[in-house]
Amino acid sequence: MNKLNRDQMAARVARDIPEGAVVNLGIGLPTLVANHLPRDREILLHSENGVLGMGPAPAAGDEDYDLINAGKQPVTLLRGGSFFHHADSFGMMRGGHLDFCVLGAFQVSACGDLANWHTGAADAIPAVGGAMDLAIGAKQVFVMMEHLTKQGESKIVEHCSYPLTGVACVNRIYTDLAVIDVTSQGLRVIEMVEGLSLDELMSLSGVPMRSAQAEAYA
Amino acid sequence: MINKIVSTVEQAVADIGDGATVMIGGFGPAGQPEELIDALIAQGARDLTIVNNNAGNGETGLAALLKARRVRKIICSFPRQVDSQVFDGLYRAGHIELELVPQGNLAERIRAAGAGIGGFFTPTAYGTDLARGKETRLINGRGYVLEFPIHADVALIKAERGDRWGNLVYRKTARNFAPIMAAAAKCTIVQVHEIAELGAIDPEAIITPGIFVKRVVRVERAAIGSRAGFQAA
Repeated sequence: MNKLNRDQMAARVARDIPEGAVVNLGIGLPTLVANHLPRDREILLHSENGVLGMGPAPAAGDEDYDLINAGKQPVTLLRGGSFFHHADSFGMMRGGHLDFCVLGAFQVSACGDLANWHTGAADAIPAVGGAMDLAIGAKQVFVMMEHLTKQGESKIVEHCSYPLTGVACVNRIYTDLAVIDVTSQGLRVIEMVEGLSLDELMSLSGVPMRSAQAEAYA
Repeated sequence: MINKIVSTVEQAVADIGDGATVMIGGFGPAGQPEELIDALIAQGARDLTIVNNNAGNGETGLAALLKARRVRKIICSFPRQVDSQVFDGLYRAGHIELELVPQGNLAERIRAAGAGIGGFFTPTAYGTDLARGKETRLINGRGYVLEFPIHADVALIKAERGDRWGNLVYRKTARNFAPIMAAAAKCTIVQVHEIAELGAIDPEAIITPGIFVKRVVRVERAAIGSRAGFQAA
């Protein structure tokens, strides 16, 4: 089978972000989605530190360290963009005004529980940032992650073993193997990479799934 | 005549006492009132509780205050970063207490303090370890967690421009926590890059009205990006 690489995953997520959407992209893998948003769509990026209408990274030498994203990297502002304080910014999430957020994850459970903030290891210093607010706030929560850990364990699980970020909050999972919806009837596979069968996907994942209409990636 | 302008950062922080709860604006280095923090270190107040989104970057600003061992407890959302070595060391050695709060709950708890709210129910963190032991309620079928305001004795913040009444405007994402911290503290001290004549700031554009501000001190603009200790994280 042909696993998707990180850019292909980002391009696949970007395809599902419609014209006019307001989107928050999490730190790490989800940030790559910005590079693949279709240019013919007007899509507003929200950054939780207080920007709506965030633009791409500035040219070298043009960095302004008063204009940064949630990952604390210099960004730019699109024409029409705005700045606001943190309580307003998180009100935008919690108040249900964000259409989509795309988050990375350690694990997602079959009922859409998300674990992405803490491994729970005794010597780990916990840090949560805006993960829990995003998880419960956006109208649609997309998770983007490799399907398997480096050890080959599925990151889609029956029950999360890592501490939860949010309960039953994930709507759709994009992995390097498949696109899967979380529904009240369980996991529903929308797409799989070429050369992978539903049985193989379930056996890799160890959780029951049903096929929407198993189709290969275009 | 109302005149909140003080001439030096030393004067501005002179009366901060031991054991004070101090909110410090900034999201990482953006909006961090570095010169006020340096003045607080020199002033010597200890046993402080600090409220900030992070727990210091590099060795300057908040990290330097931590390193000077003036902080008993920090309330923040994202302490661990690639350059949070000062905090990491103190935390692992048991020299600093951490109250970890999801970022939106942190912002709303600060906002609630300034707005006189006694507590609020938020869906953030419901069902997670960070809600453990807290009162919860189902409202219209959704789970919420009861959170309480965070008040402070002092807020140290940075703005772009201020006038003698304490009216403020900010610059880009350096605004972040400053407007809500200004309202949540008994004594809000602001470093600005420019003092404006009264009336020179467009009243439609004032972000923080002077009622929330006690002292304004002018500090030269520094090239933050080139400052030692800055690192994207």
